[in-house]
Amino acid sequence: MLRVENLHVFYGAIHALQGVSFHVEKGEIVTLIGANGAGKSTTLRTLSGILRPRDGSIALNGQELTTMPAEKIVKLGMSHVPEGRRIFAPLTVKENIMMGAYTRSDPAEIQTTLARAYKSFPRLKERESQYGGTLSGGEQQMLAMARALMSQPSLLLLDEPSMGLSPILVEEIFKIIVEINKQGTTILLVEQNAQMALSISNRAYVLETGSIVLSGDAKEIASNPDVKKAYLGI
Amino acid sequence: MPASTVNTKAAPRPAARRGPPLAWVGWVFLILLALVTVIYIGSKAWSNPILFLQNFLDGLKLGFVYALIALGYTMVYGIVKLINFAHGDVFMVGAFTSFYAVSRFNLHQWPLALFPGINPGLSIVIGSLTVVLLSMGVCVILAVTIERVAYKPLRDAPRIAALITAIGVSFFLEFFGALPFVFSGRFIPYKSPFPTTAWYIQDGIHPIVSGTASPDNTISFSNIFLIIAAASILVQILLQFIVKRTKVGIAMRAASYDKSTARLMGINVDQIISFTFAIGAAFAGLGGVLYAVAYSSIWTQLGILPGLKAFVAAVLGGIGSIPGAFVGALIMGQAESLTMSYISTPMRDAVAFTILIIVLLVKPTGLFGEPAQEKA
Ligand SMILES: Nc1ncnc2c1ncn2[C@@H]1O[C@H](COP(=O)(O)OP(=O)(O)O)[C@@H](O)[C@H]1O
Ligand SMILES: [Mg+2]
Repeated sequence: MLRVENLHVFYGAIHALQGVSFHVEKGEIVTLIGANGAGKSTTLRTLSGILRPRDGSIALNGQELTTMPAEKIVKLGMSHVPEGRRIFAPLTVKENIMMGAYTRSDPAEIQTTLARAYKSFPRLKERESQYGGTLSGGEQQMLAMARALMSQPSLLLLDEPSMGLSPILVEEIFKIIVEINKQGTTILLVEQNAQMALSISNRAYVLETGSIVLSGDAKEIASNPDVKKAYLGI
Repeated sequence: MPASTVNTKAAPRPAARRGPPLAWVGWVFLILLALVTVIYIGSKAWSNPILFLQNFLDGLKLGFVYALIALGYTMVYGIVKLINFAHGDVFMVGAFTSFYAVSRFNLHQWPLALFPGINPGLSIVIGSLTVVLLSMGVCVILAVTIERVAYKPLRDAPRIAALITAIGVSFFLEFFGALPFVFSGRFIPYKSPFPTTAWYIQDGIHPIVSGTASPDNTISFSNIFLIIAAASILVQILLQFIVKRTKVGIAMRAASYDKSTARLMGINVDQIISFTFAIGAAFAGLGGVLYAVAYSSIWTQLGILPGLKAFVAAVLGGIGSIPGAFVGALIMGQAESLTMSYISTPMRDAVAFTILIIVLLVKPTGLFGEPAQEKA
């Protein structure tokens, strides 16, 4: 479904991604783990078109996205929940969610998706007319996910959904991720909370200073001694 | 480290949010000034309430025009964080467009010319609206072009670069317009597309016979005042509707807050920015026509002072805030009108900048402004 080849991304002189290649197949949950600063967010931002790669290629369902602007990529079925959630604080919860449906035009279909989002995240329905900025961290994460799902993506990119949340909330968020995946959305997950991420994933890649150093079955990766030492704190 | 993301929480914050270091000087000055002003104007108003009310109406008229300009400043600032100094000159181009449409092409009489049987009153209304719409359209095209050519290439450059460019564009419009084969640098008498009617109030409302003065000690107003007030209030309501209720308006607010996340929603931020410039310019164009009608003479630098005052109004209201711009503009109109009447006419411009200095000293975020909390 998603094929990434030899991606090179720079911030000025900083060579943040140094030839990253990986793929995600339909229906999978794939995790990208790596230390702070490894280039995980950079990878996702390049996929969704916020950053331009200097070299390499990105294809979604065979369609080339490498130089496509972000606002067009959403229409092709890729949706990105950015790191730090990036809720529109001065917009209400409902306005935030509706912005997720910006590229869609049929009001009836949008209402159906909205109803489904409220069913998955009932707390958002209660807070519908509250400003996004007044939500708690967990609620903001749910809002960010609900918003991203409003474009009905076939591939959902999640950047550190567990960041800054209590263990109970992390548990809840991961349950929702599994649920979203079961309903047919393919997921590319980026996490520092490697243990949790690996436990729900099919496959995983380990990113170190801009390069993929290890890849394989999630269980395999979780039992790799180097990974255990570096990312699982065992 | 990505400067804007992970670390925001850990970054050391300045203690409590306080005003600038010398804010108390401003406060003391402000309170003294307010006291003196209130006592002085209060005593004048007490001794001649009719004159005071007349000044109030004149101030409203100015304020409503400033509001039309200030909206463009505040919306553009909200989305691209640029003080668009060329905005006052777009306003000027609006006035000149209507001048040419009326004086050279008699556009305001087209309904009567095409359909000789039409009611002359209706012809004037439709003709005048056509002139206004044309001026608004010209301003929209001009402002969107300026944005594309001069500001867009600098969007990722330091902000000061775009600011200096805006000042450059402003000078360009003023001095290009002043060329003899463009608008010329002279004052030009303005011909209104519709006739002026005035009334005075004295035990009821009575029309003023044209060519005569209103009786002493009465309040008078004209259809121009009513049109300006109605237009300004309607625009305000329309804009609130756009920003709160329409998809493009909500996208405008989203993009003002966080452009890259807006793009992740599929919002074409370039289009939204153009749209913002377009709305601001349309209102400035409307304001330009009404201003020319009300003050009956135009020249290429007529946008400078109203532009600056509208800018002060936007800062006073809290730049980025739409209701703030409206309230700020009404205050500026009153300040100017009362100054002219009770202090001295030449002080009318000085008072605007005194207000700017006080606001920047005491509450830089203005009346309705949020403390700056920018994202990406
Ligand atoms: N906006 C930026 N400007 C300059 N360098 C950046 C920027 N964002 C990230 N980087 C650098 O790129 C590298 C990868 O960052 P990032 O993708 O955010 O890592 P991760 O998400 O894995 O923590 C880091 O070295 C970081 O310092
Ligand atoms: Mg990151």
